[in-house]
Amino acid sequence: MYEITARRELAPKVELFEVYAPEIAQKAKPGQFVILIASGKGERIPLNVAGYDPKKGTITLVLNEVGKTTKELGLFKEGECIDNITGPLGNPSEIRKFGKVLCVAGGVMIAPMLLQVQALRNAGNMVTTVIGARIKDLLFFEREMKALSNEFYVATDDGSKGYKGLGFLKEILGKEKFDRCVVMGPVVMMKNVSELTKPFCIATVVTLTPIMVDGMGMCGVCRVSVGGKMKFGCVDGPEFDGHSVDFDELIKRQRLFLPEERLSSLLWEKLGGCSCGRK
Amino acid sequence: LEAAAVAENKPKPKIQKEAVPMPKQKPKVRRRNFDEVALGYTEEQAITEANRCLQCPKPQCVQGCPVEIDIAAFIRLIREGKFNDAIKKIKEKNSLPAICGRVCPQEEQCQRFCVLGKVGDPVSIGRLERFVADWERERNNAISEKALSTGKRVAVIGAGPAGLTVAADLAKLGYEAVVFEALHLPGGVLVYGIPEFRLPKSIVQAEVNYIKRLGVGLKLGYLVGRTYTISELLKKEGFDAVFIGTGAGLPQFMNVPGENLGGIYSASEFLIRVNLMKAYAFPCYDTPIRIGRHVVVIGGGNVAMDSARCALRLGAEQVCIVYRRSREELPARHEEVENAEEEGIVCKFLAAPTRFVGDEKGWVKQMKCTCMELGAPDESGRRRPVPVKGSEFVMDVDTVIVAIGRTPNPIIQQTTEGLQVTKWGTIVINEDGRTSIEGVYAGGDIATGEATVISAMGAGKKAAKAIHEYLMKK
Repeated sequence: MYEITARRELAPKVELFEVYAPEIAQKAKPGQFVILIASGKGERIPLNVAGYDPKKGTITLVLNEVGKTTKELGLFKEGECIDNITGPLGNPSEIRKFGKVLCVAGGVMIAPMLLQVQALRNAGNMVTTVIGARIKDLLFFEREMKALSNEFYVATDDGSKGYKGLGFLKEILGKEKFDRCVVMGPVVMMKNVSELTKPFCIATVVTLTPIMVDGMGMCGVCRVSVGGKMKFGCVDGPEFDGHSVDFDELIKRQRLFLPEERLSSLLWEKLGGCSCGRK
Repeated sequence: LEAAAVAENKPKPKIQKEAVPMPKQKPKVRRRNFDEVALGYTEEQAITEANRCLQCPKPQCVQGCPVEIDIAAFIRLIREGKFNDAIKKIKEKNSLPAICGRVCPQEEQCQRFCVLGKVGDPVSIGRLERFVADWERERNNAISEKALSTGKRVAVIGAGPAGLTVAADLAKLGYEAVVFEALHLPGGVLVYGIPEFRLPKSIVQAEVNYIKRLGVGLKLGYLVGRTYTISELLKKEGFDAVFIGTGAGLPQFMNVPGENLGGIYSASEFLIRVNLMKAYAFPCYDTPIRIGRHVVVIGGGNVAMDSARCALRLGAEQVCIVYRRSREELPARHEEVENAEEEGIVCKFLAAPTRFVGDEKGWVKQMKCTCMELGAPDESGRRRPVPVKGSEFVMDVDTVIVAIGRTPNPIIQQTTEGLQVTKWGTIVINEDGRTSIEGVYAGGDIATGEATVISAMGAGKKAAKAIHEYLMKK
């Protein structure tokens, strides 16, 4: 059992949790994720590590209430416990001095990006950060990100704050030379940014979050095509070369269980979950 | 004189050629439920079957048992109605009898050597083992005697059949054994792989509870290699030895176009969803599974049979096993193939997929295949299947389960410096189970590649003995 020691709302339906998990807090590095089970009959879902404090023994997780499990977690209060958390999983990010790094984060993935930006700065990089969301209300960590970055931009899909869309990146990429680009966010966004950086020949790293079950190299549901080869998100990733990933396939694979996910989510919202009591 | 005459005239006990059949759920009923198929012997049936045993002065059966159970002795005890003593006899060697009685391939092990097998059915050793294990579980289940504490600690990685055996044996020898399991439930393949109808999870739980009562510690959700490394277990966490029993890992695919379409599962994914995550009870349990009307399972091992039978129970109209060799080469247990076919599963031999075709939403709708024929034997000694030119055909499918094997899980190998690994990714061990690192042992699928539950347990037994010898000297 993993106790929630603190929680706060970052944006509507976006929550930050600090969870007491001392072994994971000792070990976690930027780029890694955990698999959690909220409660007894729950599914196993991956969440990116958004922070860790080895002294306090806590890790930080940020989630967006979109599916059944994240909605259920949204009701968890400080002092309550998450059934199971396993981690840290996946390979840590490559953090070293690259030179100038462009970091682009969207939606809930702004949270793990903060960790990334911090690590990149500590390694002596110049970091330009872009954060984006659908609408301005869903943006968070603006102040923190701005303070850490050498340059900082905001974008929204509807233009309610900052740039409208990510098209402006083209101009930035045209003006400055970057040595590396790190992208974390929805698959469509990672695809678009990878396409933007490709003509500029900038090594682009994307963090993939395919569907996972065990998350530790057993089931193979997280398979992705990278450069025409089959790779497994959990043990080969989660970071891959954005210019080699077959994003269209990944988008289709992420939607495989959409009808079931909707049913599960709806049952949870309307009835507090299925009550048939099957074992 | 009179006594001798009586002895001479006494008719020799008649050999009962036929085994007492195992009571089972009827195929028509069981094909739509997840309850256990084989129901187990009654006391009378067990005694009748035990009476068939010839009690050979030099029993042959024991040489077929990877954990060297004194088979003749426990069968004699069943005959005498001393069920409690019979299970104690088994537990001297085997801490998981209810599981072995169900899933061991006895026909290739102990029962293969039974002399009765030459004239009729061999004694049903596995069914008798299961009977006494169940008999005891339903009653008291006293724990075996333990040696005095040695004060030494052993970390066991993986709570599957190999790890649980090592931990139980070492606990009995007076060690403090702690099992680190990466998943949220203990049992390894016994919970995520073998389906409920073949091995009820309540039985695995009971066997694990028994091992806990022996004093074994169990830590769930710890992925060694990530949460702790092996060197940290030895240097920081104060363990004197480590056993690696992490089992099989990543699923293999066929490397044909279209394998990443929706509706194509690896057998591991399919079975993990259904067994470990209980997707058959979705939405009561969160993890979903989608089963179409026409299911195809690729492969011919026990995992293929388990997947096919699960698919049927989840409501598939038609389940077809496609295997590239012929019936004679099927690696699955004969009993399981028979069970599957009785339930209505069709086997298509000498065929292999060449391409999967999807619909506009990215779900598989067709499987293009080619017929195969058997050529010269390959390195495994089995005849190699070769495609027959011009024999292509198409099957309409909406679910495909790929059950063609797994490669070892890579995490420990990647994160343990100095650990020698083969080119297939398995961990190199000597005959005692020792790896290239002092104090670190390994066994089961991670060392040998995919094999059976009982061979993993056998490897665990051997490693436990070697760890004991090593720590006694240290």
